[in-house]
Amino acid sequence: MGKRSLAALAATLITAASLAGCAGDDAGGGSGGGDGKLVLGFSQVGAESGWRTANTKSIQDSAAASGVDLKFVDAQGKQENQIKAIRSFITQRVDVIAFSPVVESGWDTVLKEAKDADIPVILTDRAIDSPDTSLYKTFIGSDFVLEGKKAGEWLVKEYEGRNDPVNIVELQGTPGAAPANDRKAGFADVIKADPKFKVVASQTGQFTRTDGKQVMETFLKSQPKIDVLYAHNDDMGLGAIEAIEAAGKKPGTDIKIITVDAVKDGMTALSQGKINYIVECSPLLGPQLMDLAKKVNDGEQVEQRVLTEETTFTPEQAKQVLPERKY
Amino acid sequence: MRTVVRHRLFWPAAVLVVLLLSNLISSPGFFSVTLQDGHLYGSVVDILRRAAPLILVAVGMTLVIATGGIDLSVGSVMAISGALACVRIADGAGWAVAVLAALALSLILGLWNGVLVSVIGIQPIIATLILMVAGRGIAQLITGGQIINVTDDAYRVIGAGYALAIPVSVLIAAAMVAVAVVLTRRTALGLLLQAVGGNPVASRLAGVHARRLTLLVYVFAGLCAGIAGLIYSSNVSSADSNAAGNLIELDAILAVVIGGTALTGGHFSLAGTTLGAVLIEALNVTTVTLGIPVETTLLFKAVVVVVLCLVQSATFRTLVLRRRKNAIGAPA
Repeated sequence: MGKRSLAALAATLITAASLAGCAGDDAGGGSGGGDGKLVLGFSQVGAESGWRTANTKSIQDSAAASGVDLKFVDAQGKQENQIKAIRSFITQRVDVIAFSPVVESGWDTVLKEAKDADIPVILTDRAIDSPDTSLYKTFIGSDFVLEGKKAGEWLVKEYEGRNDPVNIVELQGTPGAAPANDRKAGFADVIKADPKFKVVASQTGQFTRTDGKQVMETFLKSQPKIDVLYAHNDDMGLGAIEAIEAAGKKPGTDIKIITVDAVKDGMTALSQGKINYIVECSPLLGPQLMDLAKKVNDGEQVEQRVLTEETTFTPEQAKQVLPERKY
Repeated sequence: MRTVVRHRLFWPAAVLVVLLLSNLISSPGFFSVTLQDGHLYGSVVDILRRAAPLILVAVGMTLVIATGGIDLSVGSVMAISGALACVRIADGAGWAVAVLAALALSLILGLWNGVLVSVIGIQPIIATLILMVAGRGIAQLITGGQIINVTDDAYRVIGAGYALAIPVSVLIAAAMVAVAVVLTRRTALGLLLQAVGGNPVASRLAGVHARRLTLLVYVFAGLCAGIAGLIYSSNVSSADSNAAGNLIELDAILAVVIGGTALTGGHFSLAGTTLGAVLIEALNVTTVTLGIPVETTLLFKAVVVVVLCLVQSATFRTLVLRRRKNAIGAPA
């Protein structure tokens, strides 16, 4: 008998709590007295790069600006920390869970728990590898293939109306990493339409400045003629610039350079004309994330795949935006 | 001729020559060295310049291994040294102050390893593993996890500059090798190191200060790694605490082994180590010159190293030779 009354009490409490939640939502932050604030649980990968730090800052700043109560947890690069964080978000009954998965697989169980608890999940910046797409509402992040295509399109336009062969060397990212594979594929897809474009050498620069410089040094000696360098990130491009200068050539003039990322150092080189074109890969997805979180909380339909708002930069554009570039 | 073939460095040298010659297939001008803006310019110069940090790290590693130890922390020490120098310069300190601070810290880190191994008596592989893991964290702490860029022309000279048309980094590496050779071959130090590595107990009973010597080699390895870190970061005028010296300890151990130093301690060869380090960098350059696809680069390198180890092995050579002799002898 005592057990049953306890259950009844619990049921009443839960109903009351959910009613209160509804009331808060309806009030829209007016008379709710702070309870109407959207609670977003976010689990970040870690703080391994400047890009990631800018990503974190963007999410924290835009949460504060749009009145979202952000519960931020750093996973320090470990999946188990991230799963723990998601479980604790479920227990705390946050409104929306967002996270940037450390690895692609192994999320089904914990995301099912979130689904059973009726908490919508948003993936940011990295995708997960699961056949069940109902486990998350949406995935917001960059399209690396598109970035490669944008780089290729600029090149096609730059050499429009000319028939001389164009010799391209490519500095790839870490072998097997999604950004490296996709940026290579997107670029190759666009330039293959015109036979004058030829990738004469392609080697990994490990996304680092030192490797970019060393591989470019060897390219410069083993390739008789290089017209264009396509680097999968700014850092490798910056290393290659040093190699080109040491070879007595002018980066941006003798060898045209296209990179991806648009971090501050890259933009500085672009504004000096040492890089000709940068395709942006933006970490600043905070405002878009807050917008999506509000929408899924209100039960609105959102796209399964949302692209980060990204652009491209020429030297002139770089000069304009450089003073306020944060990362 | 026979004495040349019998020399223990004959086989690594032969593999190096074959590797260098193979570059001619795709790049006929591989061996050309020209003067560009008043300095030497060519693939061979590149190999030497790139080998400089590895030579430094490997020379320090050789002496550590000679005492029967190992130093896994060299890569992290490189990262810390470069990080500290760049952060000091970015804060407005002069390049000399920054370099001295980085070298002093490297000495302290080497001393830390040495104390753990020789005074406290922790196994070298574990003792240096501590700094290998924690060191990356220290480097990231110094840089705040960011890549630190510096624009200091004097600092840039260390890794990317030239003196008398020769890369400064090569001169630094050569000087350190010379110092190590003179200290170990012109004084009794080398003999004592071999004694400690061969049999620490016997050498101690014979009156060798085994503990002091062990401490000393770790400090020297720390200094070498510190200088290598300066060259590495100065080369691109920036400190990347994640990438600097990443996995270089394995390359250094490989260079030491190629050079004929036994991992069990005792006998060591500084010339062999230097040759091994140059060989590894020549291999890196060759993969790019030959246009080996990214997916197969690691496999290509592994095959070369395996072939090298096999031809270096006396057991393997006699096995192959005996079989060939039998094959020739059979029909008769």
